[in-house]
Amino acid sequence: MFWETFFLALREIRRNVLRSSLTILGIVIGVAAVITMVTLGNGATAQVTANISSLGSNLLQVRPGQGQRGPGGTRSTAKNLEVDDAEVISREISGLAAVAPVGSQGAQAIYSNLNWSTTINGSTNAYLQVRNWRLKKGREFTDGELRSGRAVCILGDTVREKLFGGQNSLGEAIRMGKLTCRVIGVLETKGQSSFGSDEDDLVIIPLRTLQRRMAGNKDIQQILISAKNGVSTTKVKEDIERLMRERRRIATGKDDDFHVMDMQEIVTMLTGTTQVLTALLGAVAAVSLLVGGIGIMNIMLVSVTERTREIGTRLAIGALEQEVLMQFLVEAVVLSCFGGITGIIFGLITAQIGARVLGVPFIFNPGIVFLAFLFSAAVGIVFGYFPARKAAQMDPIEALRYE
Amino acid sequence: MIMENSNPKSSESMIELQAVSKVYGTGSAAMYALRGISLRIDSGEFVAVMGPSGSGKSTCMNILGCLDLPSAGTYCFKGIKVEKLTRDQRAVLRRSYLGFVFQGFNLLNRTSARENVELPLIYRGIPVSVRRMQALEALDAVGLKGWELHTPAELSGGQQQRVAIARAIVTKPQILLADEPTGNLDSARSREVMELLTRFNRERGITIIMVTHETDMARYAGRQVHFIDGYIDNGHQQGEEA
Repeated sequence: MFWETFFLALREIRRNVLRSSLTILGIVIGVAAVITMVTLGNGATAQVTANISSLGSNLLQVRPGQGQRGPGGTRSTAKNLEVDDAEVISREISGLAAVAPVGSQGAQAIYSNLNWSTTINGSTNAYLQVRNWRLKKGREFTDGELRSGRAVCILGDTVREKLFGGQNSLGEAIRMGKLTCRVIGVLETKGQSSFGSDEDDLVIIPLRTLQRRMAGNKDIQQILISAKNGVSTTKVKEDIERLMRERRRIATGKDDDFHVMDMQEIVTMLTGTTQVLTALLGAVAAVSLLVGGIGIMNIMLVSVTERTREIGTRLAIGALEQEVLMQFLVEAVVLSCFGGITGIIFGLITAQIGARVLGVPFIFNPGIVFLAFLFSAAVGIVFGYFPARKAAQMDPIEALRYE
Repeated sequence: MIMENSNPKSSESMIELQAVSKVYGTGSAAMYALRGISLRIDSGEFVAVMGPSGSGKSTCMNILGCLDLPSAGTYCFKGIKVEKLTRDQRAVLRRSYLGFVFQGFNLLNRTSARENVELPLIYRGIPVSVRRMQALEALDAVGLKGWELHTPAELSGGQQQRVAIARAIVTKPQILLADEPTGNLDSARSREVMELLTRFNRERGITIIMVTHETDMARYAGRQVHFIDGYIDNGHQQGEEA
């Protein structure tokens, strides 16, 4: 009996191909949107996680201010970090591979008639070590350059490209604000970061040079720390927190006015962001599924009215109420499942194209495909029930008389 | 609940209406379609139901077809009190014992003759292969061999009505209820249809109750029942039984 009903539904749908396809369009779009959003969202999350892991899972970051803030977040009113903090951390805490104090400032880099707005990071060679960054050309800073704050710089590949193009950059002098400095090295290309910014868009100069000749103060914005392999970052994090509380004279019971993040926390934070985004887009897509369901209900009501005489005939020759109900319900469900399957196919294709365009990995999630299918079937049941019941409860005498 | 295929030749009355009334509306707006009619139809009879529009004959047919229930009185079908049955129980009764032929044929559009005939068998849960065979037999019996795959739109009115008759008899019903089966047909086609019905009545012993306007058609029946204003006009009863 089920197959009878199923094939009957298929035939009815085939009779009105155009109407049926228009009816399921809402479901198709809704399901395709859900699949696309979730697949791309998963891809983005995976990429963020992968990128961050590539930084090294033993990276820690100390910033002033409370709580979680994303990289590039707003400055807080908390007391800034100092170079001394970095020195004390590297001296007092065991198990560290490198500690890099980082001061940052935006500036325009100028070479001959070309200029480029970029970020100037003042730090030490430890910065390269912590960030696991190699030089493509040239050399690192010498101790002398770091100690006396010489006007030398290492360029990120984007800055080199913008200012020098194909020309040689080593040994040339570029100007950043009032500071003119000589290029001693070029960094390897890293590409886009997880946050969509260009990692190679920076210039590194000795921290002392930045403080004396650009910033005019001794503040640093963050301290980057890498723990030795095999050392627990959680323990290192706790040690640093204790030390920093001591140094900043924070009374017991008061909140930290600085924040130490380990990679785990950064991963959680960033993937959390993309997950919230994914959920939001998914919700929007779910609304379009709802709209699709209403479309199905509408067309099923039309269909029931059109086929009043047929229903009357079926009831007269002995169809039970539930048999007529099932007929129309199955028709609605088959319709919406068609929409679901079409939507899944479209969604996967769109997601694959989208993943390629956005440069995120395409991650096939069978769970969401299954869920989307179930959901579309449920839409058919929910929105098909009312028209089907209307058909089943018709008075056969009235229905047979219907013109 | 209902036994299928009990002996169709049983001599006891198949249908017995006793003081059946049907009222539409209530109070002062009440309108009587049937005013306490009693009617007995035996197995194997061919009864023509006649009367002007609004005389109550359609209402009576609906009650006989278990599509409608009387407001008062009893309807005994093979000893079963129909007014005590639920809607679904009456549907089972219809699919087990009754066949319907309508004035407007009521075939499913864009569905082949064979599939139209198969329809009542589907609701009886008969497997596809058996069903197909029975449908072809029924179409053969109404003289439509070779037309099995044609849709109603490709058939003439007379052929459509014959498909409808095949659909009604394919379940081997004990009673065939025909509501003006020749109403939409010319006289030649009408005669064909009537001859077909007479044949099924004689050869298969199917009890036939037919509503008609035309006295020519009513002549095929063994008995005529005339309705006037919700009553059965006894003065007009003709045939073997009074």
